[in-house]
Amino acid sequence: MSSHLRQILDDPRPEPLEELAQEAARVTRQYFGGAVTLYAPIYLANFCSSRCVYCGFSSQAKIHRRKLEPAQYRGEMAYLHDLGIRNVLLLTGESLRVTPVAYLEESARAAAEHFQGIAIEVYPMETDDYRRLFAAGVDGLTIYQETYDRARYAEVHLSGFKKDYDYRRATPARAAEAGFRQISLGVLLGLQADAAADVSALWEHLRELERAYPGVEYSVSFPRLRPIKTQEFVHGDVTDVQFIKILCLTRIFFPRVGINLSTRESAQLRDHAVGLAVTRISAGSNTAVGGYSVLGDEAQDPQFDIKDERSVAQIVQMLKTRGFDPVFTDWRNR
Amino acid sequence: MKNNDNNLLRIADREFTNRFFLGTGKFRSKKDLAAAIEASGTQIVTVALRRIDLDQHEDNILEYIPKGVTLMVNTSGARSADEAIRLARLAKAAGYNPWIKIEVINDSKYLLPDNAETIKATEVLVQEGFVVLPYVSPDLYVARALVKAGAAAVMPLGSLIGSNQGLKTREFIKILIDEIELPIVVDAGIGAPSQAAEAMELGADAVLVNTAVAAAQNPSLLAKAFAQAVAAGRNAFLSGLPSVRPLASASSPLTGFLFDNPVPKER
Repeated sequence: MSSHLRQILDDPRPEPLEELAQEAARVTRQYFGGAVTLYAPIYLANFCSSRCVYCGFSSQAKIHRRKLEPAQYRGEMAYLHDLGIRNVLLLTGESLRVTPVAYLEESARAAAEHFQGIAIEVYPMETDDYRRLFAAGVDGLTIYQETYDRARYAEVHLSGFKKDYDYRRATPARAAEAGFRQISLGVLLGLQADAAADVSALWEHLRELERAYPGVEYSVSFPRLRPIKTQEFVHGDVTDVQFIKILCLTRIFFPRVGINLSTRESAQLRDHAVGLAVTRISAGSNTAVGGYSVLGDEAQDPQFDIKDERSVAQIVQMLKTRGFDPVFTDWRNR
Repeated sequence: MKNNDNNLLRIADREFTNRFFLGTGKFRSKKDLAAAIEASGTQIVTVALRRIDLDQHEDNILEYIPKGVTLMVNTSGARSADEAIRLARLAKAAGYNPWIKIEVINDSKYLLPDNAETIKATEVLVQEGFVVLPYVSPDLYVARALVKAGAAAVMPLGSLIGSNQGLKTREFIKILIDEIELPIVVDAGIGAPSQAAEAMELGADAVLVNTAVAAAQNPSLLAKAFAQAVAAGRNAFLSGLPSVRPLASASSPLTGFLFDNPVPKER
């Protein structure tokens, strides 16, 4: 599979690319119609005990560490709710000590007052912990393997929870076991030289999960690292053309699986990708702890830099202009 | 005969003249949806509760559904009887009419309904006073259990949701049409008006379409075409359509010898 994929990614001809895009667009339209689901992240904390070379929250990074108090995260929630957001992704770094399950549980309960879909992107945990969070209103899990290449995984995850490859790979299954409705997998493109290998391994992981837990709604993400001089950990450059191919092939192989695209990508690329394969996009995102209502204009230390800075209203307008129907509520927790 | 003696469709305490039902998901815009409802003259639309934002009225899907059209909330997203029941109760608490389409799906790849959980949810919700239209894979025993549970109609799938493959389950739907004394509404997989007409010619009482219309270049025109095909198929059924044979056949290949000229006797 991965050698085939590599051939396709390296094929310079525009004609097969157009054909691929046409088919992906057709499949997306057939299975999702005009529906594009919107969500926004809330960064609850950036304390982290893992050292991952590519991450802004890495335990050794010299950033201002924050953790939102209940009044603060409630403020962030109310802010997004007022914008019309109903699906939220709660994020922390990987610190069990500063942001234990009880803290997540408490913030999930608060979120359930404002949102109909609540997902978490935190640290991997045990099935019983996921059960507690599910009972508190969390029904979605985002957990990226980042790379499926074991050697490379060991090189970029230096210490902390995240160092354990197998425990992390088995995490989606533990959440599914606990009853989670929605699970999002991902690889960080550019982290290892061979993107085709990582994408194929992600597809394999997804197939495995689909068989074991058919009731879960799966989605996938392909966050992309672009080479910058100071970032020596970037090993591959996935070009826009290759990136679009990955999205389109994923759509064709997995017609009903959601494909996420974050504000890491440019507005122009996101707008086009929505017509081709993408069905879930974040909008009006801020990736700093307290970035919506707490910090104001002071230094924010975001987890990653946002390229698409449009507001929720602008994204809604863009979708409507392009013939898509923005979907805010996709599930009902209460 | 159930509703066959005239052209009115009766479900629970309501009567309908239009046998084309429309699902409201996946449209490019709410305006397209409103136009499709109007052009088809549909009298029953189904809306996923999970897509209704109860505290946002601007651009709310319900604003686009005219009064006089029966709104049937569906439990899309439910993975078990318990979740379907919870959604139905939420809909009732929010003030929607008690018509509910039960959809219980615990397979995100094929989106096939879980018949056993659907029966359970039907039993509970009928007891609570809902008018229940369950969406199922066509199976005679399941349909009988739904009759016993007090369902108002049975909605068997024609083929996989969104597949546009038409009546792949034709023979099984025919059994339900012949044996079940409830309206049979063919739901899911109907991708073209010709397929809707086929279901109606077979004797289905109504057809529900969503994806094909929502994804069409011109949804309102296709919705109208579906409504026309459904009406045509219904008339064909009522006309006593001659049954169709799969192949041309010799008139009496097995018994003709009885009437042929005598075989010459052996010498």
